[in-house]
Formats: sequence, C-alpha cells, structure tokens
Amino acid sequence: MIHMSGKKSDLKLINGGVRLDGRKPDELREIRMEVGVLKNVQGSAYVEWGKNKVLAGVYGPREMHPKRLQNPTEATVRLTYNMAPFSVEDRKKPGPDRRSVEISKISSEALSDVVQVHLYPDAAIDVFVEVLQADAGTRCVGLTAASLALADAGIPMKDLVAACAAGKVDGEIVLDLMKEEDNFGECDLPLAIVPRTGEVVLLQQDGKLTGEEFNKAFDLAYQGCLKVYEIQKRALLAKEVRQ
Amino acid sequence: MNIEYYLKRDYISNLIREGKRVDGRALDEMRPLSITKGYAKDKACGSAYVKLGSTEVMAGISMDVGTPYPDSPTSGVMSTSVELRPIAHPTFEAGPPREDSIEVARVIDRGIRESGCIDFDKLYIDKDKVWMVFIDIHILNHDGNLIDAGGLAAISALLDARMPKYEAGRPVRGEWAGGLPLTCTPIPFTYHKIGDSIIMDPTCEEEYAVDARLTVTTTETLNAMQKGGDGSFTAEEVKSCVHRSFEKASHLRKQVEE
Repeated sequence: MIHMSGKKSDLKLINGGVRLDGRKPDELREIRMEVGVLKNVQGSAYVEWGKNKVLAGVYGPREMHPKRLQNPTEATVRLTYNMAPFSVEDRKKPGPDRRSVEISKISSEALSDVVQVHLYPDAAIDVFVEVLQADAGTRCVGLTAASLALADAGIPMKDLVAACAAGKVDGEIVLDLMKEEDNFGECDLPLAIVPRTGEVVLLQQDGKLTGEEFNKAFDLAYQGCLKVYEIQKRALLAKEVRQ
Repeated sequence: MNIEYYLKRDYISNLIREGKRVDGRALDEMRPLSITKGYAKDKACGSAYVKLGSTEVMAGISMDVGTPYPDSPTSGVMSTSVELRPIAHPTFEAGPPREDSIEVARVIDRGIRESGCIDFDKLYIDKDKVWMVFIDIHILNHDGNLIDAGGLAAISALLDARMPKYEAGRPVRGEWAGGLPLTCTPIPFTYHKIGDSIIMDPTCEEEYAVDARLTVTTTETLNAMQKGGDGSFTAEEVKSCVHRSFEKASHLRKQVEE
C-alpha cells in the first residue's frame, strides 16, 4: 500500500460560502436512485450521486462457498466493492486492491447489522457493488445502493442502511465531498447509519479535526444520511407503483 | 468458526454486563504494556517490540531510495503492511495478506499518514529521488487488540529509526545519518462494544464476544477513525469515545516517547 503523501493546492474550494459546484456547505449533490434494474440478480439498485454512478446486485440467501466459511448460527453477508477500470481518470488496474478489500469488509459489516442473518444459518448473502464512475464518496454510494438492492431482493432487514460523508474543506465543515474537495480538503468522514434506530454501522475519518469540529461534522453527516434515507424510500415505493 | 470461543462468548458478555472481566480487570483497564525499541537494531533502520498483555508485536522500519508519486514529486513515500503470522494464532494462515491484516495495516497507516507525523517534504533527495519508508508489522502472538498493539509498535519503531547514510546516489547499508524527520506521535486507541458496555484492550476470547469496535487515532487533533465489526454504536457512544481519546492517548504517548 503506497500512497502519495502531502497535498497542497492554491485552488480555493469555497468562495463566499459557495462550493465549486454551486452547493452550500450543508447541501447534498443531486441524487437519483432506481431499484430493480438488473435481470439476473435477485435484487438490484442503481444510484447516480453527483458524478458517481454505482450499480448494486444481490444473490441469496444461497449456499456458502467455500463451505469452511459457513457459519452454523447465521448467514454471512459478503459485499464485494469493485471499481471499473474506466471509473477514474487514471485507469484502475482490474481486480481487488487493498483499498477495495477494506471497503468491502467494513461495508459487509455495516449490512450485517440490518440483515436478519439468524434466519439463514450456513447461507451466504452476496452483494456486488460496481462503481462505473467515481467522483468521491463511492463507499457511501455503494452502501446506499447495496441496502436498496437487498430490500429489492426481499431479504428480511430491520431497516435500510443510509450513508453519507461530511468533511472539512477550506477550514469549513461541509456535507458530501466531491472529488476536488476530497483531494484537496483537510478531512473526510464517511458515515452510515440505521435511520430507524440511529445506530452507527460505518464510520471512518482521515485528516485533521478538533473534537468540536468532529461533533459538527458527525451531526452534519448524520443529517445527510437521513436525507439519503428519504430518497431510498421513495425509490423503493416508485418500483411498487411501476408494477 | 472457533467453537471454544463461541461457547465462552455468553459467559464473557454476561460477566461484562456485571462490570467484570475474566482476568479481573476494570472495563476500561489496559493490560501491562512494555515497549522495547531497537529490538532488531543490527539490521533494520528502526524497530520495536511491543508486549500488551500476551499480545506480542514487532515493527520494523526499512528505508530505500525510490521515485516519488507524479502528483507529489518532492515528497517521500510510506507504506504499511501487517503480517498475521501462523505462529501467532491457529486461525492465521500463511499466504498473501487477507482482509483482516489489510484492515489493521490501513487503519494504522492512516493514523500515521494523516497526522503528518512523518515530514515527507524532508524526505526529498533530488529530482525523482525520495526516501521511501516501509513500516512492517509482524504479529508474533495474538491475544487481542492488534490495531492498538501494532499501532504502538509502528510509532515506537518510527521514533527509534535512523536515516541511512546517502552517498553517491544510493543509501549506504549499516551507516546512519540522524533520525527520521518526525513532527508528532499519533496514538491509536480502540473501543470495543460488548452488549451495552464498552471495554478497552480485549483479549482474544473477549474479542470473539465483541459486537463492534471503534479506533480513534489522535495527536493534538483527530487524525483517523475506523468502525469495524458487525454491530453498531450509538451516536452518543461515538462522541464520548472520540472525546475520551485525547486523554487516553496522552498516557500512552508518554510511554512511547520514553
């Protein structure tokens, strides 16, 4: 795992309270969600979130392979996060890298909290997230799409998982960072919650934040998750109406 | 699944509900920590052996000269890896890193990188030539809390590290030219939730009963966080853990910097 260090830029990311794409600090990017978009999976969802385009598909509950990974007490939720090589400007080498392995792991854990895993001992519930175009925040978009796809597949869950990031850009706490803000900002804080219970199921942070700034960023991301949740529910309803 | 740990899980979580632990510690009490810097000083640029209860971890620092990344041509490079060696636990298998070791490595890496602990600009040598810092964490005996033990070993090894002498365009092995350019001491601290209780520094068998964990790495600011595990935290728990971390870390930092 080798990354570049240090990031400096003279680019101003917020001018007079307005961000590069015209948003206010507490505003989400434009989000569009649709469920039931794929034929061969049991459930699916497509989410466009700013310039992000992400597909999620679900198989299961089905037999767990390899068998030695079966858990006789509950089902195993396995999310695989994958970026298409063309999803970013510099081609991403196909296949899992360390970043996507980590995202897959923590996203699987986040979903395991809502899926009623005790109903399907020994089984696997496989979720595949394909990032077709990436512009910062793809783990939140992927998890949001994944939980929609699980609901679309009719898998018993206690709630959806809604995700959204906040961060610090030009010294200011803002919601839902876009690529430029993620690259040149001071901090990123992705969050995923179970809206009905308020549980935190995914939380990461990197960069620099004081304790006070953390509270502010956390609360802002939390409110963002609640907005995302409303859009998720509308997308699920829209499919019912369509049928 | 590990049957022995599975069968002990209820016992452990019931005890913790009463505020007790198998080894008699308080819920927020860490096991004894010892740090030996320079454990492998004959070869490695820096090293540290950390014992946290019976969790044993070694970290080594290697340095080499390499090319910088195109978008930061005057900054050095660092990389962190964790090996869960089979001698450390029967469930660890030989082979390339899997998700568990990748996550531990990336959480430790983020804490060090994002704190700005290593002054990467001072690792610039010449056009297209920078120092590369490799942090390799070797788990020797796994008895829980690997992120904290590994993170403490990594930062201790960085503090122990010497820069190789640089001559005629290449590093000279075995000769040194001062310490690494370090600016601060990031300390990871991980909170583990079992039922409605939050405990510190779990052993292996306690870890099996853990529903969720939250790692918070701090310097004067918050530098990295990671929630892991199938369970969840409430918003209040998250905030309380985050704010406690500054004080918790300051005790450990003293010991690491000694």
